[in-house]
Amino acid sequence: MNQLSIRHLTGIRGLTRNDLDLIFQTAKGFKEVINRPIKKVPSLRDITIANLFFENSTRTRLSFELAEKRLSADVVNFSAGSSSVKKGETLVDTVNNILAMKVDLVVIRHPHPGAPDFLARKLDTVVVNAGDGTHEHPTQALLDAFSLLERLGDLEGKNVAIVGDIRHSRVAISNILCLKLMGANVRVCGPKTLIPKHIQTLGVEVSHDLDETLLWCDVANMLRIQLERQERGSVPYFPSLREYAMQYGLNNERMNRIDRPITIMHPGPINRGVEITSDVADSAHSIILDQVENGVAIRMAVLYLLTAKG
Amino acid sequence: MDSQVLIDKELFERLVDRMAHQLLEHHDFSETDLVGLQPRGYLLALRIQKRLKQLEPHLEIQCGALDTTFHRDDFRQRETHIAPSLTLMPFLVENRNVILIDDVLFTGRTIRSGLDALMAHGRPKSVQLMVLIDRRFQRELPIEAKYIGKSVDSLDRQYVFVDWEDQPGLSQVLLLNEKPK
Repeated sequence: MNQLSIRHLTGIRGLTRNDLDLIFQTAKGFKEVINRPIKKVPSLRDITIANLFFENSTRTRLSFELAEKRLSADVVNFSAGSSSVKKGETLVDTVNNILAMKVDLVVIRHPHPGAPDFLARKLDTVVVNAGDGTHEHPTQALLDAFSLLERLGDLEGKNVAIVGDIRHSRVAISNILCLKLMGANVRVCGPKTLIPKHIQTLGVEVSHDLDETLLWCDVANMLRIQLERQERGSVPYFPSLREYAMQYGLNNERMNRIDRPITIMHPGPINRGVEITSDVADSAHSIILDQVENGVAIRMAVLYLLTAKG
Repeated sequence: MDSQVLIDKELFERLVDRMAHQLLEHHDFSETDLVGLQPRGYLLALRIQKRLKQLEPHLEIQCGALDTTFHRDDFRQRETHIAPSLTLMPFLVENRNVILIDDVLFTGRTIRSGLDALMAHGRPKSVQLMVLIDRRFQRELPIEAKYIGKSVDSLDRQYVFVDWEDQPGLSQVLLLNEKPK
């Protein structure tokens, strides 16, 4: 039980319940570490990690970089904007060139689904997926589940609603897989245009009514409306942000209508006033900032356990 | 499996008693804290703390638990790595005298990582080491204990097993001829 069953973390798919428990247990240790006066341990001092971000990211990238530095790893950063990718270099060539500089582990975010899987098959190094297109974002799902465990104690039989843009969300897919593995009941909720067909095959319920879903759930994970994807399509997914906020935005009025406390999550960045209003996001029900803190601990645990296999 | 009792249940209590008295000889506990290394050093530290309280009820004695997993130097060299235990350090050791407590002193590597982990909680004025068992011929690092329950001459392949029981009077220490599975 003391070892992960995987060599790469490309997605939640492929993980076992044992893996999850081991990651959460290790993350608990690291959470204590990052609350010490000296927040650093020497575990990965002989490891070099490359953060390859082929897509923009602030939070995930900062979180990974902090996790790496608190484990004493050496870190190199790469972002697509300022690199030879623009000159037409292929993904494998780019990464192989970086690996030739003796890098032990690669953290990759890429706009194309499957890019981390592809690298894991092609390269002789450990690969960690930091988000690939609309496919998966495993560390986000792990930190979400870890934050929920802290708040609720156990996820077995708990009702979790994932609300908003499911179609474009890698967070949604990883979350569904992770929560199901933990024994929770999962429901997705959003406008028809933003819920992919056949999502039921993942074992989730589908709803288009937020008020009814709020009555059902113990936890509401409010996803971000991805404005950049909304504007790009020739036909928008919903008529206007105002209409979306009225139908699917979480506000105090809606919260007051339910008779028991529910836990509110958001993976960030928040569009305040669209999917969630400020008073709800900043309320005592919200664990949004716990999620951010736990993100560093979870990523430390993942990097630590993956490099432990040598 | 062959085993030999190193410390029987009666002697175990005597040793705890003696070590508690030794501490009182050198410390008035106005600036001294106990810190046990997880998992079994912490159990010993709690036992010592309890005994000290019986001997000197007016003393305020703090006892912390330190996990050394992330500071170990054999990470990635072991076949399976150690799952971390909790660190419970509700106080800073800045400018305090620390009694670092573990059950068995063997190669000295755990104590080294413990010292490393301890420094993350402040700069202590001094650190003294207390162990129940000192396997004195197997040291790999220049580390010696100040308070020792019992010194043992053992072979490298042998294993010292501290059989902990929560209630006083039931714990004992065994010397096994091979490492338990």
